[in-house]
Amino acid sequence: MNSLDQGAVNPGRPEAIKAVPVRHPGRWAGAVVVAVLAAMLLHALITNAQFHWDVVGKYLFDSSILHGLGVTLELTALSMLIGVAGGTLLAIMRLSSNPVLSSTAWFYIWVFRGTPILVQLLFWNFLGALWTKLSIGIPFGPSFWSEPTNQVIPLFMAALLGLGLNEAAYMAEIVRGGIQSVSPGQTEAAHALGMSQSSTMRRIVLPQAMRVIIPPTGNETISMLKTTSLVSAISLEELLRAGQNIYSRTFETIPLLVTVSIWYLLLTSILTVVQYYIERHYARGANRILPPTPLQRLAGLFRGRPKPAAGPDVVPGLEGGGHQ
Amino acid sequence: MSDLTKTPTDRTTPMVKAEAVHKSFGAVEVLKGITLEVNQGEVFVLVGPSGSGKSTFLRCINHLEKINAGRLSVDGDLVGYRQKGDRLYELKDREVALKRRDIGMVFQHFNLFPHMTALENIIEAPVQVKGESKSAARERGMALLERVGLAEKAGSYPSQLSGGQQQRVAIARALAMQPKLMLFDEPTSALDPELVGEVLDVMRGLAHEGMTMIVVTHEMGFAREVGDALVFMDGGVVVESGSPREVLGNPQHERTRAFLSKVL
Repeated sequence: MNSLDQGAVNPGRPEAIKAVPVRHPGRWAGAVVVAVLAAMLLHALITNAQFHWDVVGKYLFDSSILHGLGVTLELTALSMLIGVAGGTLLAIMRLSSNPVLSSTAWFYIWVFRGTPILVQLLFWNFLGALWTKLSIGIPFGPSFWSEPTNQVIPLFMAALLGLGLNEAAYMAEIVRGGIQSVSPGQTEAAHALGMSQSSTMRRIVLPQAMRVIIPPTGNETISMLKTTSLVSAISLEELLRAGQNIYSRTFETIPLLVTVSIWYLLLTSILTVVQYYIERHYARGANRILPPTPLQRLAGLFRGRPKPAAGPDVVPGLEGGGHQ
Repeated sequence: MSDLTKTPTDRTTPMVKAEAVHKSFGAVEVLKGITLEVNQGEVFVLVGPSGSGKSTFLRCINHLEKINAGRLSVDGDLVGYRQKGDRLYELKDREVALKRRDIGMVFQHFNLFPHMTALENIIEAPVQVKGESKSAARERGMALLERVGLAEKAGSYPSQLSGGQQQRVAIARALAMQPKLMLFDEPTSALDPELVGEVLDVMRGLAHEGMTMIVVTHEMGFAREVGDALVFMDGGVVVESGSPREVLGNPQHERTRAFLSKVL
């Protein structure tokens, strides 16, 4: 009757285990509570007239909102570019055996991480008040070139400098962590082959550090996309400011904030997907088999559960005898 | 047998010459005056208990470690310094890298580049350091993989290879730079016992072709069969040296005897 008896009768491969799975009543109770709360929220969203969903729909593709969206994207991309390039440079300086380089990097990170980004943005914006002219020349001597500060650093540039230079300080610490995660044996092997310091860093250490650097960099990018809304404080017309400009005229505050939020949410979702694929790319060599992409996973779901493989655990000779 | 296949080439300048080499890490003195000579085409075996300084000495030869006192030269050139008159000038990183091209090194933990395939590991240095064309490097790389019996693994990443296979790729990677001296730092210590043989076979082949090799190992059978000279180190000094058969068969010092009784 039971499996032990069968085992005695049939000395081949024992029957696959059929057991009653552990029940999870807590999960069901939790699901019910969450479902009720979700329904309440949905109800509130639909029935509260103050949301003015029609207004949201009207402004979602408004030209000034789309223009603001473009500025936000541009700011995010460019300031992350400055952040990653500057951060990598700072990290390498920080780890350098040259004390001048490492202490300079330390000082930079100390200042830019230690002051609020909003303050830094305002500083860049009001740089013209500090120095009315910027010039290039011999230190403490004559200058060859000179321009009014506000022309050299227009609003967009001030925003970009504020966001990018601040980001560089954070990225420096992320890159440094990544570089230090690569085993010293890798550097030794490269040096033993006669590779120079710089090509060892570029070809051997950084590509491996990427695996550690990418996930937090993805987070930084997503965070940067939202941090760009701070530059509305120096009245650069990005996504939030575009919305604010409209609701200061029409007083449709909530619908416009919702409009703006929908765009932020959409963009962060897209970035999350992009991040997944980049991480997968840099997992090369670290995992024996790459994890499936969400699409592959979805396809697998429709094909149904994979059957337990009759692969290596079945010895062909025994199988024939056992089942007959 | 090894003496028959080896051509007694120019054995006048020693490949490696160490005179009273000292090395300290902080207050700990790891090498307390090592003096030895490794001739061209010789398989030179370093044995000794862990902590005896044999790996450190090996790493000094390609300047992965800086010596504190004494003289160490490879093929007639000082390691890490240039001598002008009676003054020593430290070499720049670039000059040190140039010297290292000629010295291959094989590590205990392989240290293959995990983000590159076996073939990419091998062609990396010839392409990046010597400026060889990719196609030429690839062709030579495949020949080297063939030689270590892994041609069909060219496209595999290190994580997909067994320890023995990884170490054979690591040897091929070092050979790709066409070195005149090969350093082996316990190349089989991290391997499962059944995988040791395949790595030793490759090393045996190299020895027969006349490659100058310095091998830190615990494989006494290999040392006896392939080695031309053997040094037993303990506590940062050379305790005993001679032909492997002499030292392993008839050790003169109590310390050597005690060590060998444990490993043989």
